[in-house]
Amino acid sequence: MSADHLPEHPDFLWRNPDPKKSYDAVIVGGGGHGLATAYFLAKNHGMTNIAILEKGWLAGGNMARNTTIIRSNYLWDESAAIYEHALKLWEILPEELEYDFLFSQRGVMNLAHTLGDVRESMRRVGANRLNGVDAEWLEPDQVKELCPILNTSDNIRYPVMGATYQPRAGIAKHDHVAWAFARKCDELGVDIIQNCEVTGFIKDGNKVTGVQTTRGTINTEKVGLCAAGHSSVLAEMAGFRLPIQSHPLQALVSELHEPVHPTVVMSNHVHVYVSQAHKGELVMGAGVDSYNGYGQRGSFHVIEEQMAAAVELFPIFARAHVLRTWGGIVDTTLDASPIVGLSPVENMFVNCGWGTGGFKGTPAAGLTFAHTIATGAPHKLNKPFALERFETGALIDEHGAAAVAH
Amino acid sequence: MLLISCPNCGPRDETEFHYGGQAHIAYPENPNDLSDREWAEYLFYRENTKGTFAERWVHSTGCRQWFNMLRDTVSYEIHSIYAMGQSRPDITASSPKAEPEKPGEFTQSGDYGQAGEPGLAPGTATAPTSSEGV
Repeated sequence: MSADHLPEHPDFLWRNPDPKKSYDAVIVGGGGHGLATAYFLAKNHGMTNIAILEKGWLAGGNMARNTTIIRSNYLWDESAAIYEHALKLWEILPEELEYDFLFSQRGVMNLAHTLGDVRESMRRVGANRLNGVDAEWLEPDQVKELCPILNTSDNIRYPVMGATYQPRAGIAKHDHVAWAFARKCDELGVDIIQNCEVTGFIKDGNKVTGVQTTRGTINTEKVGLCAAGHSSVLAEMAGFRLPIQSHPLQALVSELHEPVHPTVVMSNHVHVYVSQAHKGELVMGAGVDSYNGYGQRGSFHVIEEQMAAAVELFPIFARAHVLRTWGGIVDTTLDASPIVGLSPVENMFVNCGWGTGGFKGTPAAGLTFAHTIATGAPHKLNKPFALERFETGALIDEHGAAAVAH
Repeated sequence: MLLISCPNCGPRDETEFHYGGQAHIAYPENPNDLSDREWAEYLFYRENTKGTFAERWVHSTGCRQWFNMLRDTVSYEIHSIYAMGQSRPDITASSPKAEPEKPGEFTQSGDYGQAGEPGLAPGTATAPTSSEGV
């Protein structure tokens, strides 16, 4: 798809109101998850006297920094359920939100480079099918057929031994997703308040009753945290801890090229994931920087390694130029699964820990988190993702099992 | 990339090191006495400080020794590097950073000992520091 298929840049899709004195619920964080949560609170639960507080500008954090991959081929039942629900929502949301965010179901391929990869991948294909997630195993010649620019020969360090393929997976325009939700939220009466940083919480005993912000104090019955990399900072303000570590995650784009890459290719083993954006940039990402960090930037060797992996797999990328690199702060958990549910503080709810894969989960995070906030109890899809799992031991260990890389 | 001053080998690229997460987490003395909550705290809960953070690193492709580091998690500036077993230095008192003049010079200044030795005697010297690379 070329640039002339993209819609015009929209003007004003939402108001910029001043904060009111009080709301029925306040969502902290105006990224994809915060917007989706507010949307479903208004639409499904009739809660329209609510506000989204964003410390910077709308969708300027990880929502602006991710590589927009959407897929649901996770191994475990709990993950497959929530991510597949997200995928189904992605499929209907453009119509529901009356805004096209160019969800392109061009498929996602997860390459296998070792016998271990092959076995793990086939197991995941089987698990996916049992959970109603579309999944196929591709032999190297089928890989080559689907993505001719991939080097499937034996002359690389880790030859491609096959791949899993999810045809319904793909990419979307992240900015347009944010605008689509923001526009609809605004229409439903939600106040989107930018440049409004939360600096503290007001509590009555163990119950939250308001938030202190750089734009004054706001009373609220309920608070939902959707702050990704800064979740621990907010939790500390509220007086509890989260089992989260924040790391920089970097990505890069090349300059614009003619369409050459028909799908999305992820390789856990040589570690890179690559797609070609609608405009023509090659978009790449890989793993997090090893150290904890809030700096929205990382070390260059991480970029260098993912480019080396990309060039190994896609020899024609060798002469493409990097246009820019950047980093976002991702909130990782030890089981690589999110935390969506109640918090130790009454009337405060947490949605965090989505780590490196939060974008794809946006609609399901919004739907289930809105349900949790509105009813005070988790939706069946996010029930297994409660904070308590770190005490009960019922972890949802998606490390390496979910074609992870995210 | 961070430029990390290994206490034994001098300033080396970050790629030679591995990260070990939060420092100063002791193994519980009586694990069997812990509640599920306390055990979860030990296993899964770590500080996620925005600001100066005490963390462990190992020079995995060099001397293979562990050491502690005080690093700012926003600017990524390294404030202090100190021995395993040494308590966290107070950097507010002595904020000027002392760059080692020659690699290896500071290896004389503290007792860094062997990795994995519990209760290692604290080093006496001011901790060597490093600056952040590009």
